[in-house]
Amino acid sequence: MIHNRTMIEARPAPSGTIGPIAWLRANLFSGPINSIFTLLGLYLLYVLLMPTIQWALINADWIGTSREDCSRTGACWVFINARIGQFIYGLYPGSEIWRVNLTFVTFAALIAWLAIPRLPFKHWVAAVALLGFPLFAYFLLYGGHFGLDVVETHRWGGLMLTLVLAVVGMVAALPIGVLLALGRRSHMPIVKSFCVVFIEFWRGVPLITVLFMASVMLPLFMPTGVSVDRLVRALIGITLFQSAYMAEVVRGGLQAIPRGQEEAAAALGMNYWKRMGLIVLPQALKMMIPGIVNTFISLFKDTTLVMIIGLFDLLGIVQAALSDSRWLGFSLEGYIFAGLMFWIFCFSMSRYSQYLERKLHTGHKR
Amino acid sequence: MSEQASISQTGTETSMVEMRGVNKWYGDFHVLRDIDLTVSRGERIVICGPSGSGKSTLIRCINHLEEHQQGEIVVGGMPLTQDVKRIEQIRRRVGMVFQHFNLFPHLTVLENCCLAPMWVQKKPRREAEARAMQYLERVRIAEQAKKYPGQLSGGQQQRVAIARSLCMHPEVMLFDEPTSALDPEMIKEVLDVMVELAQEGMTMLCVTHEMGFAKTVADRVIFMDQGQIIEENAPEPFFNHPQSERTQLFLSQILGH
Repeated sequence: MIHNRTMIEARPAPSGTIGPIAWLRANLFSGPINSIFTLLGLYLLYVLLMPTIQWALINADWIGTSREDCSRTGACWVFINARIGQFIYGLYPGSEIWRVNLTFVTFAALIAWLAIPRLPFKHWVAAVALLGFPLFAYFLLYGGHFGLDVVETHRWGGLMLTLVLAVVGMVAALPIGVLLALGRRSHMPIVKSFCVVFIEFWRGVPLITVLFMASVMLPLFMPTGVSVDRLVRALIGITLFQSAYMAEVVRGGLQAIPRGQEEAAAALGMNYWKRMGLIVLPQALKMMIPGIVNTFISLFKDTTLVMIIGLFDLLGIVQAALSDSRWLGFSLEGYIFAGLMFWIFCFSMSRYSQYLERKLHTGHKR
Repeated sequence: MSEQASISQTGTETSMVEMRGVNKWYGDFHVLRDIDLTVSRGERIVICGPSGSGKSTLIRCINHLEEHQQGEIVVGGMPLTQDVKRIEQIRRRVGMVFQHFNLFPHLTVLENCCLAPMWVQKKPRREAEARAMQYLERVRIAEQAKKYPGQLSGGQQQRVAIARSLCMHPEVMLFDEPTSALDPEMIKEVLDVMVELAQEGMTMLCVTHEMGFAKTVADRVIFMDQGQIIEENAPEPFFNHPQSERTQLFLSQILGH
């Protein structure tokens, strides 16, 4: 058989197979039945979406201070406007709100620094974010030092409280979860059974129960005169609960790493912590990103449960505002606002995790 | 057993690895049976045998990736005990190359080679990198230093794995079927590196079916079957006049085609 010996030049794809029109034709109008369904779908979208847009945007009231300004037929965002301070800061004293803002801004700056790949000194910034920032935030938000007035935690609320609960829960639960997962895979019987019992116990109880126990039962066991702040109790409960979930996510990731990786590290003379810290965990964490973020997202939304122990997170404070007699009847607006806020945070986390996954992929799957 | 006593005890500076009466079981399955093996410094040994005969298990016992239940293993004058520190000490002196390379996929080739010198031997980065480049040069892959293992071919990966081991300056190298996961056209590039290493006087134990390699470099060929050492001899008599029937059968099977 004789083959063509001259090289074939690259030719452009036939016209009509690339570009937006071709995409439309291939995906939406590839035949009479598909075309009908596409048109039907567009019509349904129009029927469903138009009234929503009308209500939420076009016929809505945006400006004003009281319910008298809600004259039109659409949504009345005046309610959110009037209460936005409370929704974000809870009952934090108005003159001290700059402290919350400063904490927010610092936090956002640290996160942004870590998230943007071009910026240098990542290690130092990470150290500051993990070690320095919690102290900074504590002194700033709670006060009592450096001439700042103490703001008791029962005045904390709204978005600020939600973020405190979620961030502390996430940051504390991850390392505990990693340790628990390693412990569960350990060959040491006592370490292993402790971790198994711990994980199974916390995973087996609903978060509501945990919070309730932390709030009601814990003080009974405390010696008289010792009282732990309600927020701290909730934080401990959430952290322990989340670390059990995190442990199982981490364990899943650890199991996905071939045994040969640890063997190769061992054969080079590395001890257990180096094998884990340098070889196994970095690879496993990369695989765990979707699971970890999933857990974070569910934690972020679960923080709303602190309502039942009398802490007013974002949703709690919106609900409290709904029962204000001056603003009765605006529950839809309130819930939409709360939902939107939660969605923005959760969606950002999700997008960032997808970006991370792409970035960390070094193409090792052959 | 104190360190001093244990090191002087064997005293025979020439023997690199000694196994005496080593037995190992997986549950009820007796994988290694009364293994006695002495490897001198600079000696090249090829271990062959049918699959499941315990060849890999044998060399994996030397750096305690597998645990033996009976008998004694001494590496470079240091008895292998249960002590974690002792095991790590021995592993630092013993290099190992695996069938499936086991490179660290999240690190570049250079980082793969620098990791252990930096974290185990506490070498400064500059020194570790210089050493890594030197060995990568030797396995002829220095130009790929910045790539990730996933971007290399199997043969290239295995050469990196050899360089990674050499970076620890091991006194003995264990090869666990280093070419059996490779495509045929890549086997030679790995074998060439191994031959050079052998010619430089490295003590080597190779589990392999590459009989050409055995004939070229081995000082001794060991045939294992059902967890036992059946026959050991210099390559020439081993291949030309195998003593035991099982060796003859095995050789006829792998050399027959």
